[in-house]
Amino acid sequence: MTAGLADLSAREIARRVRGGEVAASEVLDQTLVRIHEVEGRAPTSDPYDPQPRDRERIHAYISLVEARARGQAEAVDQAVRDGQDPGPLAGVPLAVKDIFCVEGTRSTAGSKILENFTAPYSATPVARLEAAGAVTVGKANLDEFTFGSSNESSAFLPPPGNPWDPSRVPGGSSGGSTAAVAAGEAALSLATDTAGSIRQPAAFCGVVGLKPTYGRVSRYGLIAFASSLDCPGTVSRDVTDAGLMLGAIAGEDPADATAAAVEVPDYLAELERGVEGLRVGLSPNYFRLAYPDPETGELREQSIDPQIEAAVHRAAESLAKAGAEIVEDVPMPHTHLGIPAYFVISRVEAASNLHRYDGVKYGYRFPGSVTGLREMYRETRGRGFGLQPKLRILMGMYVSGEQYERDYYRRALQVRSLIRQDFDRAFNADGKHRLDALLTPTTPTTAFELGRVYGDSVLMQYADLLTVPANHAGIPGLSLPAGFDSGGLPIGVQLLGPDFSEGTLLRIGRSFELATADEAWRSRRPALIETL
Amino acid sequence: MPEEHSNRGEISVNVFDHLVELAALALDPEEREYLRGELNGQLRAIRALEAIEVDEDLPITSHGVPYSEATRPTIRLDKARDAMLAEAILAQAPMVENRYLVVPDIPQEALE
Repeated sequence: MTAGLADLSAREIARRVRGGEVAASEVLDQTLVRIHEVEGRAPTSDPYDPQPRDRERIHAYISLVEARARGQAEAVDQAVRDGQDPGPLAGVPLAVKDIFCVEGTRSTAGSKILENFTAPYSATPVARLEAAGAVTVGKANLDEFTFGSSNESSAFLPPPGNPWDPSRVPGGSSGGSTAAVAAGEAALSLATDTAGSIRQPAAFCGVVGLKPTYGRVSRYGLIAFASSLDCPGTVSRDVTDAGLMLGAIAGEDPADATAAAVEVPDYLAELERGVEGLRVGLSPNYFRLAYPDPETGELREQSIDPQIEAAVHRAAESLAKAGAEIVEDVPMPHTHLGIPAYFVISRVEAASNLHRYDGVKYGYRFPGSVTGLREMYRETRGRGFGLQPKLRILMGMYVSGEQYERDYYRRALQVRSLIRQDFDRAFNADGKHRLDALLTPTTPTTAFELGRVYGDSVLMQYADLLTVPANHAGIPGLSLPAGFDSGGLPIGVQLLGPDFSEGTLLRIGRSFELATADEAWRSRRPALIETL
Repeated sequence: MPEEHSNRGEISVNVFDHLVELAALALDPEEREYLRGELNGQLRAIRALEAIEVDEDLPITSHGVPYSEATRPTIRLDKARDAMLAEAILAQAPMVENRYLVVPDIPQEALE
């Protein structure tokens, strides 16, 4: 194993770089070595011919931006030599989900329609991370336009593999991000979460994923999917790094009118305060609910994977021992409606956002001869979009049609209000439960095999069953590694809290890390890295 | 949208064709079959929304988090700034002539 800089936490890398102990350029060199060791052949948009070897490698990046990264690392090193502070993320290798614009880089959204799009500017959270000294190593793979939960819908294949078992999916849509961080190909990744796209793959890959409150982080420069739900957030290997990264990206932004004017606390200052006196809830509605049978596809009430349920209860016991008060039987009666409502709201917004891809202003244009403008649109969109964007556009147009709007779209928005009310009641300081956080499983199953679910858009969507309620409600959610199943696959647990309570969630997460630090599962590493 | 439905909530071939035309998507027969099948599968899942009682007066919001006066972002000044991006943006267009975006002919159609 190439033990060393690629496996250090972001905080430790920044500490060493700022102190002059190690050069950012050296961190970059070692990260690139790791990338070349684990990546396998680079994903392309050519017709995909799967090879057995593809299922042994990670394929986390659509593009590497080595020359750009080299320039950033040298600038950090120069600042250190000049006695200047290069920032709290000095020299930290960063993977940016390829749904964010990064100036001068190909920014594809995992789609052929943007294959040759070079971003003329950087997204606000990217600019903030780079200003804090982070070094962008590459653009991480994702489901096309983030539409998926396995990363298999990307136009750039081979799809990413799960570092714990590359024949399985890393989850999605931020599968490249979580795979890269789990495999030491970056210390941090900037990703997005619209229904669980950070937390679900974080759970599958055994890393920490934080979806902040809606409005906590600017969406400027993020290629839009569902604008009322999209949240930029963090992927890291530990909770401290999540806090460090959130502190760098959060806050108001004149370029995004939904970035809330809420002060950004020092997330690290209170991280080690423990959980004494905090109230953490458990809800039966997150353990047993209606979702499709994985074998038959039939929608029926069933329990989640018992090993995952057991991991949540073990996590609750750890927190109780650390001083938290566990509150059982918190009713969250609308949880099971999260996916049906999401099928409507997200599709309407996606259809609206995807109308801009027309072959005129940027991106792919059908190069053949056409009879007129409309045929050019049809051919461009027909060839540029993959199946999942097409599906979302058509569904969004159907359910927002004048004669269906009341039955579908308006009703889905009302269900969103009901889901929000579930959380308001649970977190109400004068209410019955007075929770500081709700502890739930992140996913109903652990990582599934590549190819097993892809194509069944209903079953795939239900991978976000337990994460999507937080997107409807706008509240923050943190997924934490909490052990492994009998097949050696990571299990994630999720903490959900009131608006802008990221600091509390991180504090609980840190307490859980400390409480379980000596447990054997904490020292496991993906075999792929262990054998290097 | 054509009213022809085989039954409520099932997207017929005619309705599907109409949606595809509105969405400006050229599709091959295999894609059409897959997409229509998946749309109807999703509609069955969406039907869970009909199974619950919803108060007509239940308010809807544009996103989950309510913003108060204090947390609502300040409106930025309506002031021009030189982003220096015009050339970089034009460079992304598939076809440009003399800084104009070029599109194929727009055939004239008589209004009904």
